[in-house]
Amino acid sequence: MSYQANFRVWRGDSSGGGLEPYQVEVNEGEVVLDIVHRLQATQAPDLAVRWNCKAGKCGSCSAEVNGRPRLLCMTRMSTLPPDEPVTITPMRTFPVLRDLVTDVSFNYTKAREVPSFVPPQGLKPGEYRMAQEDVNRSQEFRKCIECFLCQNTCHVVRDHEENKPAFSGPRFLMRVAELDMHPLDAAAEEGLDRKRSAQEEHGLGMCNITKCCTEVCPEHIKITDNALIPLKERAVDRKYDPLVWLGSVIKRRK
Amino acid sequence: MTTETRPPQHPGEPQTPADPSGPAPGRGVHSPGRAAIAARHLRTDRWWLSQAVTAFGLLAFVGYSTWRAFFGLHTAYAAPYVSPFYSPCLAANCPAMKSGADWALFGSWWQLSPALIVLIFPLGFRLTCYYYRKAYYRAFWSSPPACAVAEPHASYSGETRFPLVLQNIHRYFFYFAIVVAGILTYDAVLAWRNPAGQWGHAGIGTLVLLANIVLIWAYTLSCHSCRHIVGGRLRHFSKHPVRYRMWNLVGKLNARHMQLAWASLISVGVADLYVYLLASGAFTDPRLF
Amino acid sequence: MTEVERHTYDVVVVGAGGAGLRAAIEAREQGMRTAIICKSLFGKAHTVMAEGGIAASMGNVNSDDNWQTHFRDTMRGGKFLNHWRMAELHAQEAPDRVWELETWGALFDRTKDGRISQRNFGGHEYPRLAHVGDRTGLELIRTLQQKVVSLQQEDFKEYGDHEARIKVFQEYTVTRVLKGHSVRGEDRVSGVFGYQRESGRFFTIEAPAVVLATGGIGKSFKVTSNSWEYTGDGHALALLAGATLVNMEFVQFHPTGMVWPPSVKGILVTESVRGDGGVLRNSEGKRFMFDYIPDVFRAQYAETEAEGDRWYSDQANNRRPPELLPRDEVARAINSEVKAGRGTPHGGVYLDVSTRLPAEEIRRRLPSMHHQFKELADVDITAEPMEVGPTCHYVMGGVEVDPDTAAASVPGLYAAGEVAGGMHGSNRLGGNSLSDLLVFGRRAGLHASLYAAALAERPELDEEQISAAAEEALNPFEGTGGDGPSENPYTVHQELQQTMNDLVGIIRREAEVAEALQRLVGLRERAERAVVEGHRQFNPGWHLALDLRNMLLVSECVARAALERTESRGGHTREDHPQMDSAWRKVNLICSLAEKGGADGSDGQIALVRKDNPPIRADLLALFETSELKKYLTDGELPSATIPEQRTDADADVDADVPDGAEQ
Repeated sequence: MSYQANFRVWRGDSSGGGLEPYQVEVNEGEVVLDIVHRLQATQAPDLAVRWNCKAGKCGSCSAEVNGRPRLLCMTRMSTLPPDEPVTITPMRTFPVLRDLVTDVSFNYTKAREVPSFVPPQGLKPGEYRMAQEDVNRSQEFRKCIECFLCQNTCHVVRDHEENKPAFSGPRFLMRVAELDMHPLDAAAEEGLDRKRSAQEEHGLGMCNITKCCTEVCPEHIKITDNALIPLKERAVDRKYDPLVWLGSVIKRRK
Repeated sequence: MTTETRPPQHPGEPQTPADPSGPAPGRGVHSPGRAAIAARHLRTDRWWLSQAVTAFGLLAFVGYSTWRAFFGLHTAYAAPYVSPFYSPCLAANCPAMKSGADWALFGSWWQLSPALIVLIFPLGFRLTCYYYRKAYYRAFWSSPPACAVAEPHASYSGETRFPLVLQNIHRYFFYFAIVVAGILTYDAVLAWRNPAGQWGHAGIGTLVLLANIVLIWAYTLSCHSCRHIVGGRLRHFSKHPVRYRMWNLVGKLNARHMQLAWASLISVGVADLYVYLLASGAFTDPRLF
Repeated sequence: MTEVERHTYDVVVVGAGGAGLRAAIEAREQGMRTAIICKSLFGKAHTVMAEGGIAASMGNVNSDDNWQTHFRDTMRGGKFLNHWRMAELHAQEAPDRVWELETWGALFDRTKDGRISQRNFGGHEYPRLAHVGDRTGLELIRTLQQKVVSLQQEDFKEYGDHEARIKVFQEYTVTRVLKGHSVRGEDRVSGVFGYQRESGRFFTIEAPAVVLATGGIGKSFKVTSNSWEYTGDGHALALLAGATLVNMEFVQFHPTGMVWPPSVKGILVTESVRGDGGVLRNSEGKRFMFDYIPDVFRAQYAETEAEGDRWYSDQANNRRPPELLPRDEVARAINSEVKAGRGTPHGGVYLDVSTRLPAEEIRRRLPSMHHQFKELADVDITAEPMEVGPTCHYVMGGVEVDPDTAAASVPGLYAAGEVAGGMHGSNRLGGNSLSDLLVFGRRAGLHASLYAAALAERPELDEEQISAAAEEALNPFEGTGGDGPSENPYTVHQELQQTMNDLVGIIRREAEVAEALQRLVGLRERAERAVVEGHRQFNPGWHLALDLRNMLLVSECVARAALERTESRGGHTREDHPQMDSAWRKVNLICSLAEKGGADGSDGQIALVRKDNPPIRADLLALFETSELKKYLTDGELPSATIPEQRTDADADVDADVPDGAEQ
């Protein structure tokens, strides 16, 4: 069941590079990452690629296969036409380091910008009580394996480098939603309004809900429907609801 | 020397296929530092297909509804059915509808089609709907054309500025949409009469209006704003068991929001077309009982 | 002089999995400037692969649970070879470590009354595993990662610099622990040396205290559930720094890993597949496990398929099917079937749940397995059987540490998590690894901090050692390692994996292990001749060539200890010595780096000595019935008559007896 497949793999670094052709054996049941490993072992020992668990659980081997953001370990060769060349490139939203490896520090910077969970005052460890239905929503978002494919595919930063400072990206807007929906997060008591800051600090308004983040998520998290849109609605509560606005004006008068 | 930390130079030009339609170098995926790939995308599938189908579907509806809204007044009512485009009918120039929602709030000074008064609301509801936004941003504005396909625009500010910041008023259109859906429900009830106004009869038109109103409600209730209002805004579902159940129900509908958006769009058009055909005498309504 | 990026910290943590991050958090909270070195990206460590849960006797589901029962279960699981003090501390402190995670934002699955839910697991008497579906490891790593970020946000507020007191060095690899001399001339840790994966540049971090938290050694075996990072780095670093490893022969093979397709070979198939009715069949379609029930278990296991099948619905009146024998028994049985030629085309056996349960029920009970096979293997487990075989899963042995402080024998060196030895004895219980990471990660961070803070004078980095380490790291580019043809590191690695899998795998024989030792000598010579192409910037061939040194060192430890221990116990099975021997329970096997041209005349790099396992404290022994202790201990070790026998519910009394009490 083996066949010879044609691959085009982007080789290079920040100074330049291009798609290099390879012909390589493909066996039944293999995924794209297996082929990359075979290239390393036989033809290109210095081909740089990130990977760890090879089971879709760590989110390291993010790249683009035939132009689509994918985990290399979760892309079966059997889903690709055997007679057409397979193109593998690094993620095209982040600066390239070498070959398939990109500099994803943007994401770690954004992670730091989201204020952490604020533990409730007066509850000691072991005294937390939360109902399952109250943690379900945040638990869905915590399935995230931080592969950053959503950050990579989002056109807000993919097509507009200049938006990077102002926009946290789907993964970290989802983190804001996760904390805002956490049943015991005490940010409000500390004077932090996550709903408002989602829009004012993290660029929620940039999102035009075109759902590419949801399409590429290997964990099948409904990022747009369950995190981003609810967060937008929460921001509306704060900023665009005339009744709330009127209420706050009256309160200020008093 | 092999132990240099600097990479070797790459001989020869990159072999990336050139794509003349791509944006100028230096922007987006061609920003300095990113992998040097000339093509604006490398997708090999028919990514443009869904964009094209969406654009065609929306344009077809817009064309049809514009024609009907401006010129359909005299074929808006065929007893006992009223076209959903003309209900409620709020001007003096409306046709008389037996017990129908023809309330002449606007006097005879209103010379335009009465449909224009009311259509603002369902139109606004759909225009600011989270699904339609996705659909037309992609189909008409190519922002983005498809996932991982570079968009043609030089700058992008999303929904942060006027006019797109107005998308945030979606939930007020939702409230109006509830009212409109209520009136259309009333119309569907009135359809259980014969053309003479006697109750307990039904024709194919009754079923058309019934199917339409069911889809309208399903679409309206599956709205993301509705999901937020009934329960999504709560922090502790466990303290609001009834609203939690409602949120779950709306959530199930919401997962089908796209399908319902299209289904209800088509059903509105079909219901109007049916009334038009009856009113213009193309055929008579087959009566069931 | 070699160009080297230099940093100075108080505590360096090597490894950013559960143990490493917990240690770093503790060190930072103790006021130390802390560096975390991470071989891959931050948050990708192998801890994410843990599925089942964190064992901690919180008693949320069954209030009878307490640390004493957890201790008992752990000792039984490890066949009493565990360091009793580690097992005690672990059982006592695990609940606090779990609760602490909640204050950092973790969201565990809940009970009806809103507490942390706990699930049953093999070897645990009560429902004990705090869990989040089947992704508990991910929750653990993410929570710790986010706690680190939260500490960095605090520092940003205070100093205007996120990395003022805790910094993560992503994609850095340590190749040497450096040592300096104190005033008294004693060798102690002075820092670490390594390279940046991205640029290939070298770096040093000067620090008086180094915590090793590098995980396991699975990548020395061909079939493994472990990721590429598991190359035994910490084990090797400890050896090279002069520390010792304990009981390296104990390697846990999980009986059911995927064997086909090749892309997923070794990935775990959870035990619950068998718990929910899945059966093992050979290529002849026979449920072979009935032929493999050992005499000691015969009373508890069904003898016919009919009885075994009845157990799933009526556990009170039937005996459990033999598919649910302990992990080592099932793994051995599968191994024997395959060797006898009754395996599947891809060298495993069939695990079939498709003919046992309706498709709907399978999807409901085993969602992640259904998803895993569907997405990774394109196999629908509701319609066809899985192919499974044993896979290398965990190493119980590791750096020999002080149970309370996690300190290795070299001053300033600490170890926690899978890289540390002793805690799990000869066999680890499911769920005890995540709690191990937290309990001993914290202890290692704490004591490393106390040590660093108390040090009057810090040892300085020795430039000679740095030059030597740099030279060693550049060897694969120069191809200067002896005479002979140059070698491809990938080939040497594959042969090492094959050797370990075939000869020091799940079943061991004296002659085979001896042959493995011979082959390892050859492989080491070839690894020294490994040559890599290209340059130093993110060059995986080079990285592998450097990791080979560690895998070869660790593999020799495993093989030497496996040859020495002439009994079968837990994760070590000697076909030529199939019985467990109480005399061996008292013996720990200690590996250290041999002097060049060792006294025993062998070509090995490892010296092996026997060392007494310290006697278990009397009040802890009293938690067991004497009849049970007789299975494990020699007559001389059995408790004296002064301790009352037959105490079944001794918990209340024992609480008062504990000398230091449960440390909170």
